[in-house]
Amino acid sequence: MARPVLQVDNLTVEFPTRRGTLRAVDDISFRIDAGEVLGVVGESGAGKSMTGTAVIGLLEPPGRISGGRVQLEGARIDHLPHDQMRRLRGQRIGMIFQDPLTSLNPLYTIGFHLTETIRTHTDRGEAEARARAIELLTEVGIPAPAQRIDQYPHHFSGGMRQRVVIALALCAEPRLVIADEPTTALDVSIQAQIIQLLKRLCREHGTSVLLITHDMGVIAETADRVAVMYAGRIVEVGPVREVVQNAKHPYTEGLMDAIPKIGGRTEDLAQIRGTMPRLSQIPAGCAFHPRCPRAFDRCRQERPELLDAGASRAACWLHAGEPAGAGTGRGGGERG
Amino acid sequence: MSVAERPLLQVRDLAKTFDVSPPLLNRVLQGQPQAFVQAIDNVGFDIPRGTTFSLVGESGSGKSTVARVVVGLYRPTRGSVTFDGTDLASIRGRRQMAPLRRRWAMIFQDPYASLNPRWRVRTIIAEPIRVHGLAAGAAAIRRRVGELLELVGLSAADGEKFPHEFSGGQRQRISIARALASEPEFLVCDEPTSALDVSVQAQILNLMKRLQRELGLTYLFISHDLAVVYHISDYVGVMYLGRLVEWAPAHALFTRPQHPYTRMLLEAIPDLEMSGRARTPVGGEVPSPIQPPDGCHFHPRCPFADGDRCQREVPATLDIAGGGQVRCHAVAERRMPPADTHTRGG
Amino acid sequence: MAADRTTAPIHRPGLAGAIHRGLDSDVFHSFKQSKVTMLAGAVTALYFLAALLAPWIAPHDPYDLANISLMDSFLPPMWMDGGDARFPLGTDDQGRGILSTIIYGARASLLVGFAAVLLAAAIGVTLGLIAGYLGGTVDAVIMRVAEVQLSFPAILIALLIDGVARGVLGGDAEGNLAFAVIIVSIGLSFWVQYARTVRGSCLVEKHKEYVQAARVIGVHPGLIVVRHVLPNVLGPVLVIATISLALAIITEATLSFLGVGVPPTQPSLGTMIRVGNDFLFSGEWWITLFPGAALAVLVLAVNLLGDWLRDALNPKLR
Repeated sequence: MARPVLQVDNLTVEFPTRRGTLRAVDDISFRIDAGEVLGVVGESGAGKSMTGTAVIGLLEPPGRISGGRVQLEGARIDHLPHDQMRRLRGQRIGMIFQDPLTSLNPLYTIGFHLTETIRTHTDRGEAEARARAIELLTEVGIPAPAQRIDQYPHHFSGGMRQRVVIALALCAEPRLVIADEPTTALDVSIQAQIIQLLKRLCREHGTSVLLITHDMGVIAETADRVAVMYAGRIVEVGPVREVVQNAKHPYTEGLMDAIPKIGGRTEDLAQIRGTMPRLSQIPAGCAFHPRCPRAFDRCRQERPELLDAGASRAACWLHAGEPAGAGTGRGGGERG
Repeated sequence: MSVAERPLLQVRDLAKTFDVSPPLLNRVLQGQPQAFVQAIDNVGFDIPRGTTFSLVGESGSGKSTVARVVVGLYRPTRGSVTFDGTDLASIRGRRQMAPLRRRWAMIFQDPYASLNPRWRVRTIIAEPIRVHGLAAGAAAIRRRVGELLELVGLSAADGEKFPHEFSGGQRQRISIARALASEPEFLVCDEPTSALDVSVQAQILNLMKRLQRELGLTYLFISHDLAVVYHISDYVGVMYLGRLVEWAPAHALFTRPQHPYTRMLLEAIPDLEMSGRARTPVGGEVPSPIQPPDGCHFHPRCPFADGDRCQREVPATLDIAGGGQVRCHAVAERRMPPADTHTRGG
Repeated sequence: MAADRTTAPIHRPGLAGAIHRGLDSDVFHSFKQSKVTMLAGAVTALYFLAALLAPWIAPHDPYDLANISLMDSFLPPMWMDGGDARFPLGTDDQGRGILSTIIYGARASLLVGFAAVLLAAAIGVTLGLIAGYLGGTVDAVIMRVAEVQLSFPAILIALLIDGVARGVLGGDAEGNLAFAVIIVSIGLSFWVQYARTVRGSCLVEKHKEYVQAARVIGVHPGLIVVRHVLPNVLGPVLVIATISLALAIITEATLSFLGVGVPPTQPSLGTMIRVGNDFLFSGEWWITLFPGAALAVLVLAVNLLGDWLRDALNPKLR
């Protein structure tokens, strides 16, 4: 098998607080292959953003990686010194954050942001960098880039700013882009534009993407594979079509059913009872068992590892020792 | 029209302009002009008793302004809001307003900002009861607060806690309990689930539907999420840059959208069915509400805009067969392709 | 993000619960974290105790003429030649023990400082709330007045008010009246900072949804300001109050030093420094040095407390 662009093994992130250590990310493993889009989806507090910040070494103290490995193209990056990590960010890992307004410094022109980044990470000269910046702006669909390059961020609308941020992330032709809720702050009609742009550019440049979002719709449109997180753990990972339409973990299933759909029935939505546990009170065994309609004794005692479940893998005892391919619920066995 | 048939809320020709001018000193010294934002312009709709009317739109569409004018947080610049036959503009003074105020309530978007962080939950929920004098004595108030907490799926003991001890969804339940405290008939809900996670959103939407059934409530529901709106509404209005461009019964609007903007919004919904349907990318950005385009506000982004009329003339309101209204020259001139080819069926 | 609000909530009704919550709060925790803050707290507490218990702990009553004797004047501190064990820090020109005078002087300084800060906070918070919540012309008028006042140094305003008051009240306002005059002068010159801060916070709070919710319910605007907005803007006020307590004490000392402060018969730290100043070059340094040091330590301690409080109440720095 080809070497993955990003490989994360048993990553654990902890926050020491004065009332005990909290585990925000708990022993998660995943890989992203070249040109692949991996979606990480979960509700607030599931640890999805923390996973992204841990991978790029931007955890806010006192948070720290307390176990596991992060490898970028085969080389460990979780123990790199700060200055090396800083060079890595931008050059080999691009970043796109939720709020395009705070990702750009309001005091500098769009052109300054771009040429500065290009010159930091490549050996282009001033004029060359500027030409490349205009090229990038054209590529992300900014009209009249030669004029707009000298404008300031506040001259740009939210959607246009997010396009600039994407151009910035792609400046140095990174192998991996981490996009944390890239469309959440945008209007519905603009969201679709940005998703399509991100998808097209990453395909054209062969860039892998770690797409972190709470929005299943964005995942369904963009990702190749999906990892579903709950209480700091990955509960299910698999091809996007499989996870969205044929969920194997009861949490994923509940999550999918809870999304209102146009054209569906308009009676009550399916709901998962209870709420996500606080990090200080994560139940023993499977973290989801108090809310799970199908929990049994083993779920309360033993924490499930990711087990084969059809084309996906799910951390659920329902799939223990079961022949590969048998689904748990709705439309089992149908695979794409 | 009999009282039973009369809509609970009637909004006519509603407009609200905000003064966003720089301070007087700057205007005088630097010769800056006064500036106004037409937040809402000529908005009109009815909400029949016991139904849900939703307003959808993107940021700057004015949907939240409509909600705030309706509950009296803003005074309209023009037009009228009639609640159960009473024109709100005809009411003078706080004392006359009080008996009406008791009959509506509002639920806000941000469950973290809508509860006073320094008050206990029981004090928060008791506020409308105290203001309107709906229960006498501390014991009666406490009993009523307990009932309300249980009505929204919390326990009476939760009243002793402070808001920060609750999750977002639980706080939204507290907000709903407070809104119900004055036994209102009409709830204005401003994006009540936008800040919540999907599974929590489902809980809150189900709770709101249950309360509507049990208490016969009428909702004005503001949202940007079309799927949520489809799920909860009887009628849906679509707003764009301050104008209500189309409204219709929910099912009709989703199966036979008339206005090009409505169609565009429906196109933009991510496809969870994974049908592989090729989506037409939606072009353009929402223009600044300070300087909206002339004529039909939507014409710069509209694939059906013609060169002239759409740019100059504000479209008139047109009745849609089977209920609803639309404001679009292309629809009026029958230039639009049939609508049902644009969306998946209901 | 995910890391906060993770602790099990504690519910206990009544006073015991309130105390428990207080001791368990982040603010108290950050107090325990900083040794400097704890020291500053201890020093401030010591001054307060000394001021409160002055009649019982001071070796002498410097106000009691029967107790002092000119024979004892200009005695050096006890560890120097000619020192007297009755006066550990020596005596001043009238034979009052410096230590006793410092203890009583701290009392005067703290009284003036506290009262002035309370007055300034009361005026500033009220005007700030009115300006912030009502906005428009009222806001413009209040804030322009504040800006005009801000362009004069506080000491000048205090001198002005003090002068006017003395003129109106005739001659030398004595005793308690002098205290009232100085408190009002400092109070009136310090309100601007409160008003500006409270107005700013009020502008933020009044757009928050809980205030709008109260408006929809139909709560009277006055009640909204008092019950909803006020409790939520008090954090910064507490910080300013602590820091301006130190400033007020210094202003009082300055005014007293200039001779327009509290009467010399009821010395404050500032009066003592002024009196001692006359003898500084004739070798009696202790008359001015010890009160000066006492003032510096008090102001430093209060300032450190204010700095800590500002950081502890700022959620961004937590």
